[in-house]
Amino acid sequence: MGRVGKKRSIDLGFRLGTGAFALVLVVIVCAIGFELTRQSMLSIEKFGFDFWRTEVWDPVAGQFGALPFIWGTLYSSLLALAIATPIALGIAVFISELCPNWLRQPLVFLTELLAAIPSIVYGLWGIFVLVPAVRAFETSMPSALRQLPMFSGPPLGVGMLAAGVILAIMVIPFTSSVAREVLKSVPAAQREGAYALGATRFEAIRAAVYFARTGIIGAVMLGFGRALGETMAVTMVIGNNPKISASLFAPQYTMAAVLANEFTEADTELYLNALIEIGLVLFVITLVVNSLSRLLIWSMARPARQDAAAVVVPAAESAA
Amino acid sequence: MLQTAVPLPSPAAVPSLPVAPAPAPDTAAKITASGLDFYYGPRRVLEQITLQMRRNEVTALIGPSGCGKSTFLRTLNRMNDIVPGARVEGSVVLDGRDIYAAAVDVVDLRRRVGMVFQKSNPFPKSIFDNVAYGLRINRMTRSREDLEGRVEASLRSAALWDEVKDRLHTSALALSGGQQQRLCIARALAVEPEVLLMDEPASALDPIATQRIEELIYQLKSRYTIVIVTHNMQQAARVSDVTAFFWLGRLVETGLTTKIFTAPAQKLTEDYITGRFG
Repeated sequence: MGRVGKKRSIDLGFRLGTGAFALVLVVIVCAIGFELTRQSMLSIEKFGFDFWRTEVWDPVAGQFGALPFIWGTLYSSLLALAIATPIALGIAVFISELCPNWLRQPLVFLTELLAAIPSIVYGLWGIFVLVPAVRAFETSMPSALRQLPMFSGPPLGVGMLAAGVILAIMVIPFTSSVAREVLKSVPAAQREGAYALGATRFEAIRAAVYFARTGIIGAVMLGFGRALGETMAVTMVIGNNPKISASLFAPQYTMAAVLANEFTEADTELYLNALIEIGLVLFVITLVVNSLSRLLIWSMARPARQDAAAVVVPAAESAA
Repeated sequence: MLQTAVPLPSPAAVPSLPVAPAPAPDTAAKITASGLDFYYGPRRVLEQITLQMRRNEVTALIGPSGCGKSTFLRTLNRMNDIVPGARVEGSVVLDGRDIYAAAVDVVDLRRRVGMVFQKSNPFPKSIFDNVAYGLRINRMTRSREDLEGRVEASLRSAALWDEVKDRLHTSALALSGGQQQRLCIARALAVEPEVLLMDEPASALDPIATQRIEELIYQLKSRYTIVIVTHNMQQAARVSDVTAFFWLGRLVETGLTTKIFTAPAQKLTEDYITGRFG
């Protein structure tokens, strides 16, 4: 009896212990939110909701608005997503469906290596390689095209496009690894079912991708989350100019970049508070994006759960 | 709704699905495997299989696990092609043509030789879209009405229409296991195959759902050549005309089902069907 009792108490202790660790997560998230709010009270009280929608960022005059940074963060992240998603999915499909066996491991290793490169190294590469390339690309564009708002502006090289490209490269390994795992978990029966109906290889792969669509959306959203918060490399190539512009070539600014750049220069309480509020805004936007993607995945995955229920009760249903 | 002696449905009872060639029972061989060897890498899984499968008959492949019966079934529509390291020697002749010849279009072959799997594998789409899938990828329909007509005809052929006609556009995954398997049969029938391969189609189903599948097989054989792998000896005896007994990658004995189950020529066959091993 003693032994059983001891085992029980070990089980209980284990549950409480791991539960406490899980609780730490919740506590950390709440603490971050609370602390960010507390430290930016000055700015919150002074600007209120206008902080979210004013374009002026003038530390000398004590005027602070987050809109250019919100714009820059969302623009650069969405641009990165637009570039990275097709490439990452292509990589994932190639590795999981088409790649010869001997090539698979090296490719997986290489994509994971891409994720391990420090952000500052990407930034250096961006400054020395990507920025001149973007500059050359812009000057080589026909002038008629450069009249468009999307491509206007002087050929600086630094700007939104450079930031989007570098973010895309940094996001690709995450999106493609998750998408690859998701595709790997698609039952072989799905592909065979398609083949058995006269599907070509392309059509069978499409069936597998369709089966894995919720997971693939999750992979894309994971990449989006990464892009939102990425700091160093973006700071080095985006141009750091708090002006809202639709142009791909205009220097702009992101929330993470302004924090990295100006934190040490914040000489007034209000300035510091405004910067911390930008951190709070970034925190809230990331939270919202992640919750929305969760919700999306959840709503798409629901029929699958009905499937599980149907498997349990086939006898009852066919007897009815 | 349970029938035991079903009269063969006349072709006219099932409208827009074209009827397999012969009105009178044509018992010529539809598929003939000769001297078939199959390898996974260096390992030989099938050895010198020679077997005829005739039109409008159900051929059952029986044998213990790992005897190669499923592998053999999958050589008949070249499903093993997608397995790395798989290799076939010998020939499989469908309507006078070797399906392993270089000029054969595998995609078209798989359309002509349909397959139903052990575990039902509907796509995570609506019931309608599942049946329409093969019609769409093979571009077999001219209009929306045509598509709808063929989907309905296929669902009727698979004895599923009455159960799902009011919810064609709901998820196929919400169907019961037996309904999902009949949906997979409907899906296979939609692309107008000539041969239907079934890999233990009822092994994951309860007895009532199994009985419905067996009735269905009985009804379908007037229009198709059917080859079925089964673990279940009674099932083979109930649904098949011809039985082939596989053992360790060899074809031990083949003959009329009535004969195999009453007076097998080989001692091994007798031991297996009487349950002495396997």
